[in-house]
Amino acid sequence: MTSAILVQQVAKRFGAVRALAGIDLEVRQGEFFGLLGPNGAGKTTLISALAGLVRLDSGHIEVMGCDVVADYRNARRQLGVVPQELVFDPFFSVRETLRIQCGYFGIRQNRESDAWIDEILANLDLTSKANANMRSLSGGMKRRVLVAQALVHRPPVIVLDEPTAGVDVELRQTLWQFIRRLNRDGHTVVLTTHYLEEAESLCNRIAMLKAGRVVALDTTVNLLRSFSTHALRLRPAPGALLPAALLSRAENKDGVWSIAFDHYEEIEPVLAELRAAGCSLDDLEIGKPDLEDVFVRVMQGKEGVAA
Amino acid sequence: MTGFYTLFYKEVLRFWKVGFQTVAAPVMTALLYLLIFSHVLEAHIQVYPNVSYTAFLVPGLVMMSMLQNAFANSSSSLIQSKVTGSIIFVLLPPISYRAFFLAYVLAAVARGILVGVGVLLATLWFTQLQFVAPLWIIIFAMLGGGILASLGVIAGIWADKFDQLAAFQNFIIMPLTFLSGVFYSIHSLPPFWQQVSHWNPIFYMIDGFRYGFFGISDVSPWQSFAIVTTCFVLLSALTLGMLKRGYKLRA
Repeated sequence: MTSAILVQQVAKRFGAVRALAGIDLEVRQGEFFGLLGPNGAGKTTLISALAGLVRLDSGHIEVMGCDVVADYRNARRQLGVVPQELVFDPFFSVRETLRIQCGYFGIRQNRESDAWIDEILANLDLTSKANANMRSLSGGMKRRVLVAQALVHRPPVIVLDEPTAGVDVELRQTLWQFIRRLNRDGHTVVLTTHYLEEAESLCNRIAMLKAGRVVALDTTVNLLRSFSTHALRLRPAPGALLPAALLSRAENKDGVWSIAFDHYEEIEPVLAELRAAGCSLDDLEIGKPDLEDVFVRVMQGKEGVAA
Repeated sequence: MTGFYTLFYKEVLRFWKVGFQTVAAPVMTALLYLLIFSHVLEAHIQVYPNVSYTAFLVPGLVMMSMLQNAFANSSSSLIQSKVTGSIIFVLLPPISYRAFFLAYVLAAVARGILVGVGVLLATLWFTQLQFVAPLWIIIFAMLGGGILASLGVIAGIWADKFDQLAAFQNFIIMPLTFLSGVFYSIHSLPPFWQQVSHWNPIFYMIDGFRYGFFGISDVSPWQSFAIVTTCFVLLSALTLGMLKRGYKLRA
């Protein structure tokens, strides 16, 4: 099957800054793919190259099998991009903005295109603002219109560049509900975000970028397994001591002992040892592996994971 | 084709929505020029035989307004969308660089012609005009508008801030339009300034345009046509080249 996005040996410099340093990446059709990395890692440059806003020094990119340079018109028809910046054209209403965007992609205004615009507006809670001028909208509403603009031509590949930066919980929930539905319907979604819990709950596969390179690439589950484990966190009561058998496996941080484990069955023997040693606890909790842990470890370490 | 048509429509809608500023105001400015200059000079100057100074002035003012507004439309639209970032909406879709060029230029010409027609209709109250060769009027209006619209695209792409665009407009476009024979015949200038005027392409646009009204001009309309067409072709090629390379639009 044709890759939704294929990135091969992509490099780009801005003066002395190497924004992309030979990136190879494949996003399969139907995936919900996360592109993570600290500021300046190259995420937005990669997305811009994908969208034809940045010209590459070397390498090539395909969207649904269409080269973004040689066959740029077909490549762009396959792609809907929600830009990071909150931009809008102040001359038009929401509906005019969407109709115009539709026309740019070669779609004539007709009943079908208007029905799709109405559906997008409804799904993004914008129906009541359809005839409002863009200038009169709040930041969150403008963000929703940006999402709507990226979807008007029903692109099979949707790229969201930090779509929830600075927006309220309600919009996030509405937005993710709609994007999840589109993903279920077969659209490929690529997401960049600094909210790692969002990426963890939404993305099937994740690539982490650092200084223009891919430093980790795997399924979300595998990344969590490789870099993070469950941990039993114990806070002994004052005067209570952890049994010696557990001390060798535990790490202490601010008076809380963490014991890593892979399977829940490993908890009971730990509790048995505590009981046997008469060690009473003030607090106990089970920590799940999280992407933030993985992210910090990958960014700090030199190791890379690829699958 | 739909992409081109939509971009053209968007550009027309953009200036139409602020019509007081983009159409009515330039018509008013041209009328003020006409009132002041014709009041002061009508009794003192007759440039062409049997043509009053006010009648002589009208085609020049019409053309000057068309040219300035064609330039203003494409340049201000581009710089605004660059500064606000909304240029991304026309860079992401599959619009070819030729369609991009045509849409911006034709919309700018449309605004220029709308302003020109407005000035012409308003000035009909003040003087009797002849329309000796209407085809020349249309040809020079289209070519002149096209040249200034292309220059507007170049300036809008080149300028990174409004200040740079204002410099382009005030130090290049305004002197060229004011020193092109709008208010006088270049034959009334000293020989040196006559020579200088012959290097100003806008002089040929106005002179050819005026020929269409009176059948009289400082140089042959065919010479003006050749020079103006050459300028249009060269500027269009330059603009298309910039757009094809993505100069200052695609990093």
